[in-house]
Amino acid sequence: MWDYVKLIVLALIAVLAAIAANYAHDLPYMVNALVVMLAAAITFVWQLRHVGEPAHHPQNEYLDGVVRAGVIATTFWGVVGFLVGVVIAFQLAFPALNLGHVTEGILNFGRLRPLHTSAVIFAFGGNALIMSSFYIVQRTTAARLFGGNLGWFVFWGWQLMIVLAATSYVLGGTQGKEYAETVWYIDVWIAVVWVAFLLVFIGTLWKRKEPHIYVANWFILSMIITIAMLHIVNNLAIPVSFLGSKSVQVMGGVQDAMTQWWYGHNAVGFFLTAGFLGMMYYFVPKQAEKPVFSYKLSIIHFWALIFLYIWAGPHHLHYTALPEWASTLGMVFSVILWMPSWGGMINGLMTLSGAWDKLRTDPIIRMMVVSVGFYGMSTFEGPMMSIKAVNSLSHYTDWTIGHVHSGALGWNGMITFGALYFLTPRLWNRDGLYSLKLVSWHFWLATIGIVLYASSMWVTGIMEGLMWREVDANGFLVNAFADTVAAKFPMYVVRGLGGAMFLTGALIMAYNLWMTVRAQPAKAPVNANNFVAAE
Amino acid sequence: MCAKQVKKEAQQVETTGHAWDGIEELNNPLPRWWVWVFYACIAWGIWYTIAYPAWPLLTQATQGYLGSDMREDVAAEIKRFDDANADIKAKLVAAPLTSIATDDTLKQFAVSAGASVFKNNCAQCHGSGAAGVQGKGYPNLTDNDWLWGGDVEAIHTTVSHGIRNTNDPDARYSEMPKFGLDGLLDEAQITQVVEYVLQLSGQEHDATLAAAGQTLFVDNCAACHTETGAGDRTQGAPALNDAIWLYGGDRETVTATVQGARYGVMPSWAGRLSEDEIRAVAAYVHSLGGGE
Repeated sequence: MWDYVKLIVLALIAVLAAIAANYAHDLPYMVNALVVMLAAAITFVWQLRHVGEPAHHPQNEYLDGVVRAGVIATTFWGVVGFLVGVVIAFQLAFPALNLGHVTEGILNFGRLRPLHTSAVIFAFGGNALIMSSFYIVQRTTAARLFGGNLGWFVFWGWQLMIVLAATSYVLGGTQGKEYAETVWYIDVWIAVVWVAFLLVFIGTLWKRKEPHIYVANWFILSMIITIAMLHIVNNLAIPVSFLGSKSVQVMGGVQDAMTQWWYGHNAVGFFLTAGFLGMMYYFVPKQAEKPVFSYKLSIIHFWALIFLYIWAGPHHLHYTALPEWASTLGMVFSVILWMPSWGGMINGLMTLSGAWDKLRTDPIIRMMVVSVGFYGMSTFEGPMMSIKAVNSLSHYTDWTIGHVHSGALGWNGMITFGALYFLTPRLWNRDGLYSLKLVSWHFWLATIGIVLYASSMWVTGIMEGLMWREVDANGFLVNAFADTVAAKFPMYVVRGLGGAMFLTGALIMAYNLWMTVRAQPAKAPVNANNFVAAE
Repeated sequence: MCAKQVKKEAQQVETTGHAWDGIEELNNPLPRWWVWVFYACIAWGIWYTIAYPAWPLLTQATQGYLGSDMREDVAAEIKRFDDANADIKAKLVAAPLTSIATDDTLKQFAVSAGASVFKNNCAQCHGSGAAGVQGKGYPNLTDNDWLWGGDVEAIHTTVSHGIRNTNDPDARYSEMPKFGLDGLLDEAQITQVVEYVLQLSGQEHDATLAAAGQTLFVDNCAACHTETGAGDRTQGAPALNDAIWLYGGDRETVTATVQGARYGVMPSWAGRLSEDEIRAVAAYVHSLGGGE
């Protein structure tokens, strides 16, 4: 019965999407409607072939298929996102690469930039968070994922969102909000998928077989709840038409700007920090085979972090139309946030005390340690840059870009790579990774790439900040904007090379993971830790 | 799962007694330095919010006992420079344009102010070094080839009113006919006149075609560009007998120019820049090397 309801709904969606595509007001909407139609049709066929099959949800087994799919998706979108990043880095150095006269703007920096940011944050980072939280919550509650196939809905719903967003961006569909460029109907879909994610996660916690909830799960739960709130409030908009991608924001002017950066900063704070701290709290002690350093510290820094982060957004709007008091509060909360952020770094690094020798022998641990190190560095740099006097130099310069990337490539990237190396042999039941030597290559390429990226952006950021503010004795500006752009050229090339190294490392990882699944022998059946076989 | 606290031999620190998928947690205290730095940041934060505008109240926010206001700070800094420059700006506006170059203090001020105005308003088209963009119709301002005149007064007029814009009635204006598109000359005639222009500018050309083109040039082009091709500054007609070209002097580009003409536009700056800024930028451009 339920199968037939699903079939009817899917058929309806496919037909309605086809009608919507026919009457679309603009190209991004039309292409998105066709993508929805296709997705509904494929799901319809899949459903049709599985009608009447009994649901198979053995409660004594973990649902690992969705985590395996997540590992593949994370690797794939990571490579795509890094590749687009390298392309736009070189577009800034060599503007001819925009290929404007060939592609009519489709590959312009302005369209590829949101494609890059969304691909790395939401496609790579989002898949990493979803798959690792599904893995972690099952292992640390000793319960199967809640909701039957709801986890699969979250996975495929998220992939559909990524494809919709990507096709929309290159065709010019955007609502012009940084890190929230997705147009209104994609925002609605994100909210639906995200609430399903919340249900799966809370449901699994609810039926846990452990008496206590492990710290990683606090961080992940805070991430899911807060992102839901941020996403919905920041994207409050009224569509111009149900058949078009344009919408009008409910809030305007400085209020819209403040809401946007309340969202934007906490996308960093909860998506890229709290969520990934959840990953860190599971994968670091597992890989190091050591207890977490301090339970007290994990409690205190968790509550301090989530209480303080949410107020830090105004530091993105220093010296703007934002009232000065809001600016001050944003700065003060950012500086107080320094130690709570470092709590995670201390717990991560000190967990390795007594196991430091593993740094020599285990490139995965090395990756995780460097990740936590970059986390510590960028959570020091962030509060420093939020100070008004520093911000007056750093704001609008490449320093900000460098800061973001030392966090994103160093912290989010490296911890995710560590998690992928940890998970792949376990999920596919393989006897270790295909090659630790290739992990080492990945480690060094990525680390040197990040260092090149971050240091070139420090140099160019501080240089352009100083050039912008340089005045002569009479108070007249000394440099033209074009002078600062010309002066940045060599550092732009270095940045592009750093990105290319990071991408090469990720390709090596993809190959290594692929060969692990393809060529490694299966692990011997005895497994004391995992009491259930993979599905 | 073990409910009672367990002592780990190696660390001499107890765990909390729980284990999740094999992960245990030690019961280490908070690092002292971490706690004290955290407290220090909080104490600093409290002081900072008392000292500076911070806490929102019903009608306005607390102003802070230091009385800081960043908008006033900016206004004060701008006023400081405005006050310091007020006298010399007044002098710049009052002085005859031609006397700026001979007065050292005035010239020094005008050129540095003009350079700043130029870099923020003119560099987008003319380049930050004022060399223009060769072949794109943005004239080089550092040479002595001027379309509308290169003395400081002519430059001042050009900057003030612009060229061929639609919003300033005093804008400099002239328009080259589209000889090809409007059917004033046929293809063969255009080929001939182009060869003559190439001859005028001393380039390789077909002498037979050029000879035929000379008559056409005198009848159609000389009214503006003069018979010798020296151009006419009163009409903004460029010289064709030299090697300097706005859009390019090769056969193909000259043919395109005769076919469809060009219509370079420069905005009027009178409403956007103050008189002292316009005078300063005129003095700056005049000082670049080609000033007459």
